[in-house]
Amino acid sequence: MDIRQGSAWRTLLLVGLVATGAAVLVTASHELSRERIAANERARLLASLNSVLDPRLQDRGLVPIRITATDRELLGTDEPVDVFVATEGGRPVAAILAPVAPDGYNAPIRLLVGVTPGGVLTGVRVLSHRETPGLGDLIELRKSGWILQFDGRSLEDPPYELWAVDRDDGAFDSITGATVTPRAVVKAVRNTLVYFERHREELFAAAARASEAEAAEAEE
Amino acid sequence: MITAGTNEARTPVWSGLWSENPALVQLLGLCPLLAITTTVVYGFALGIATTAVLVFTNVAISSMRRSLVPIVRIPLFVLIIASLVTSVDLLTNAFLHELHEVLGLFIPLIITNCAILAQAETVASRRPVWVAAGSGLATGFGFCFVLVALGGLREIAGQGTLFAGTSLLIGGEDLLRLEMPFDGMLAAVLPPGAFFGLAILLAIRNLIVREREPARLPASEVPASAEERSS
Repeated sequence: MDIRQGSAWRTLLLVGLVATGAAVLVTASHELSRERIAANERARLLASLNSVLDPRLQDRGLVPIRITATDRELLGTDEPVDVFVATEGGRPVAAILAPVAPDGYNAPIRLLVGVTPGGVLTGVRVLSHRETPGLGDLIELRKSGWILQFDGRSLEDPPYELWAVDRDDGAFDSITGATVTPRAVVKAVRNTLVYFERHREELFAAAARASEAEAAEAEE
Repeated sequence: MITAGTNEARTPVWSGLWSENPALVQLLGLCPLLAITTTVVYGFALGIATTAVLVFTNVAISSMRRSLVPIVRIPLFVLIIASLVTSVDLLTNAFLHELHEVLGLFIPLIITNCAILAQAETVASRRPVWVAAGSGLATGFGFCFVLVALGGLREIAGQGTLFAGTSLLIGGEDLLRLEMPFDGMLAAVLPPGAFFGLAILLAIRNLIVREREPARLPASEVPASAEERSS
């Protein structure tokens, strides 16, 4: 098939038509799915936040206020880390931090850590990780209950020195075949508790300010 | 292309499903094929998404085949495929959100599946719409069937279950989930397991071809058909 006289315009027209059609298709599916995707993501975030809250708080439909915190040493990353504060009647009833365990086996492990205002853990979950399937991934709740042993613990229970896996003479179960992963998680949870103890008032004050700002914005 | 069968009408269908199966014969689209097939459900879901893209691309391209200008055909094919895949990606994210979390990157990667471009080039741009649609559907099902077979193989061997996670597709509980009487070995879930699994399927196919259709392929083609091509 040769390129004949005048076919340049035909080509241009064809390309234009196809490009327009493609743009219409993508725009339409974007419009059709946008709200549902946003709702899905919100629901998923709330569900995962709920999963680390105290069971007594889970059914109250709390919408935690999101702030951020940065602490390279204790939260495991240079980036700002999400902190959610759930309040009821203006008083903080729980905080949820999303720290990083920087020393995972293959990559940093992202965690979600729920604590009471008094610094007692109400739940820990793994948000994302790249640990070895079948070994390190036992930190996921759907693979094993290992992660549940943090529930109810705090910096006093066990004492700070015992925040390690049993292989290192600590108080937490290790995982057979995976040494690095549980160490990284235990250390990150401990550091998160230390961070929370040091910055509790700051975090609650920041959340109160954020909540006021949100309320003011809503009124306008 | 090897033209299989004597019945002209069933040729595109038969070739998509079996004699020119994209995964088993052409060995196209291996990246998603090998990466996603850790369970039946994931394989099936990606297979269906790929089939949808194949059918719609084939119909779109076939309906404009008379005005297609050869020098711009490849950019046009890619544009059509890319916009369809983007739509599938957005819609699964909205309506099958949990499944989308699992399939993640592999839905956008359908764009790079050469089986789709091969269909556009060899069938859709030359044949009437209904033939192109049928061929796309058959090729998609052929691909889907290999994904499901490989997914089943690896799920049984690697995880000791079958049909785990159907709730991701149809909601509700995991009703169909079967537990095997063993734990499964890790290797089957890891990438090498994918290659071994695909090798087993290829071997089975070659055996069947050798048993049932010895006359159709020249002797030299039987063992070599898989090696000559790459994805």
